[in-house]
Amino acid sequence: MSGDAKTQPSLDRADVRVRHDAGFAGAVRGFIDRVRSGDLGSLPVVVGLVLICAVFQTLNPVFLSSGNLVDLLFDSSTVGVISLGIVCILIVGEIDLSVGSVSGLASAILGVLWVNAGWPVPIAILVALAVGCAIGIAYAALFNWLGMPSFVSTLSGLLAALGLQLYLLGASGSINLPYDSLLVDLGQTWIMPHVIAYGLVLIAGVAVFVTGSRRAAQRRVAGLTPPSTVGILLRALLLTVALLFVVWYLNQDRGVPWMFGVFVGLVVAMDYALTRTKWGRSMMAVGGNREAARRAGINVRRIYASAFALCSTLAALGGVLSAARLASSSQQAGTGDVNLNAIAAAVIGGTSLFGGRGSAYSALLGIVVIQAIASGLTLLDLSSSLRYMITGGVLAVAVIVDSLARRSRVSHGRA
Amino acid sequence: MADAVERKPPSGELVLSLRKVCKVFGAVSALTDVDLDVHAGEVVALVGDNGAGKSTLVKVLAGVHAPTSGTMTFRGKPVTLAGPNDALALGIATVFQDLALCENLDVVANIFLGEELNPYALDEVAMEIRSWKLLNELSARIPSVREPIASLSGGQRQTVAIARSLLLDPKLIMLDEPTAALGVAQTAEVLNLIERVRDKGLGVIMISHNMEDVRAVADRIAVLRLGRNNGIFYPDSSNQELVSAITGASDNAVSRRHERRQTPHGTEAEMRP
Repeated sequence: MSGDAKTQPSLDRADVRVRHDAGFAGAVRGFIDRVRSGDLGSLPVVVGLVLICAVFQTLNPVFLSSGNLVDLLFDSSTVGVISLGIVCILIVGEIDLSVGSVSGLASAILGVLWVNAGWPVPIAILVALAVGCAIGIAYAALFNWLGMPSFVSTLSGLLAALGLQLYLLGASGSINLPYDSLLVDLGQTWIMPHVIAYGLVLIAGVAVFVTGSRRAAQRRVAGLTPPSTVGILLRALLLTVALLFVVWYLNQDRGVPWMFGVFVGLVVAMDYALTRTKWGRSMMAVGGNREAARRAGINVRRIYASAFALCSTLAALGGVLSAARLASSSQQAGTGDVNLNAIAAAVIGGTSLFGGRGSAYSALLGIVVIQAIASGLTLLDLSSSLRYMITGGVLAVAVIVDSLARRSRVSHGRA
Repeated sequence: MADAVERKPPSGELVLSLRKVCKVFGAVSALTDVDLDVHAGEVVALVGDNGAGKSTLVKVLAGVHAPTSGTMTFRGKPVTLAGPNDALALGIATVFQDLALCENLDVVANIFLGEELNPYALDEVAMEIRSWKLLNELSARIPSVREPIASLSGGQRQTVAIARSLLLDPKLIMLDEPTAALGVAQTAEVLNLIERVRDKGLGVIMISHNMEDVRAVADRIAVLRLGRNNGIFYPDSSNQELVSAITGASDNAVSRRHERRQTPHGTEAEMRP
């Protein structure tokens, strides 16, 4: 692009057949087009969340109180971390059904090593994570070398990990973690000082603006059309204001839990890894077309191994956090609906069960929806039988939306 | 079926030369003493019936199969290919018939798949610029490189696949049935593309069953039959010559059909293999 830059369109705008959406109106139009073609992104989950909040708030005004929301964030963090691992495994088009029992096993290992054997906490946590990682590598080995479908290998892993958990906990069946420890503090009471919470929000807003405008500058220098400056600014401002409001509202009660901060940190790191690194690109490619990825020279087996290992390790981390949340390692840890909630959260958040499509933020959004339902139903004092049925129904709806959106994407040429 | 009149040899450097290449699978000789020369700036079409050994030959060249015997010379040096990556590193690119693109990723991601710039902080701007340049060199008409492959037509996908194979500056590019699944206009576009690749000074090997396409772009036509060379032809060879070289008989279904049609109408143009 030399002197005649005014007359000559930039490199990516040379084709006259394409409508080029410029500015704010263009962004809105592009968004509507994407949604209509079935590229829903996080729209269904946001709509769902608003609906859920409206319904529960009318039924019980405590639902949207600061106190309840702080508890909700505490509860979201544990299963949310597990769900983040599920996002990884779903992106490569596989599944891990054993995350619940792996998290239970991790909490049992933590309890046994820390309380019964007297090991230092960090070592006990590391061992729990290492066992989780080993389980994932075992799944990957079964999958890569023996061609065992992940559905079956992780289903048998579910039973095996549960058995090991019960064996480790022995006859007593439950180990109480010491209340005066940092880990239990993290799980139950530890709240970000208000200043730090506001500071983090501002940092996030500035970061969004700076990365956005730096990208725009790079594109302008390179002769590609940059995104509009107003759009970047608006985006950053909206995000900052929304987050500031949330933090302010939570601060009316206790504030933002550190554990939730850890979870969000993991989500942001995972998002970067999935969208901005070669590894993440390879994950998407393997999930989209395994054979194409292989022919492109991607080590497909290693990608699968990393996905399985990451999923199980995050499941173990989730188990450690939930042990901290409950201040105990028990036989019940990781059983019941943990498994399904983790998978449902990823799917509700917009990660496709069919592979090749998903985002780390879907774990965050999805788990908030799941926990909102759980919390609302608990506030209504409904029995767990009803809770299970309603959560099951919501999961079914989420998967139906995913399938329909996929069909629409196929017919609009965006599969 | 002798070679046509002596031609002046192609001007470009001899890129690839195969001598007496054999490939045996158990009791089956898929290739027997096959010779093939490809020069820079030349399109060599590889034709033959089903089971003639075209795909085996392409796989040998792509490094997927190791030849049982015979020599392969690439740009004057004898080479052996231990795997597909060896072929890529030498500068032999292959566009497979099923294209092998990821439909969920956009054009840039597909062109750079496995070769991303800056692995820990992907350089999207540089990759996008390089993609546009590759596509523009091919005078390709892709509306946007940020759309997923799923939204492109068959011809556009073929374009992306060819652009992708050009990323690593190959010297030789092999196209397996590039027009097989395409409509009339898209076929013409891909044939133009092949000519542009040739004009960039690359050697091109093209496999096709469509004699019309082959004659439209090929500088030479190498016929394989039952795993052996069965003559080199030129675009002006008659269809009958080509078909009999491919099928191995002058009395075959295609030429009988041809004669039957020719008698009442006296035209040759409408004949298709």
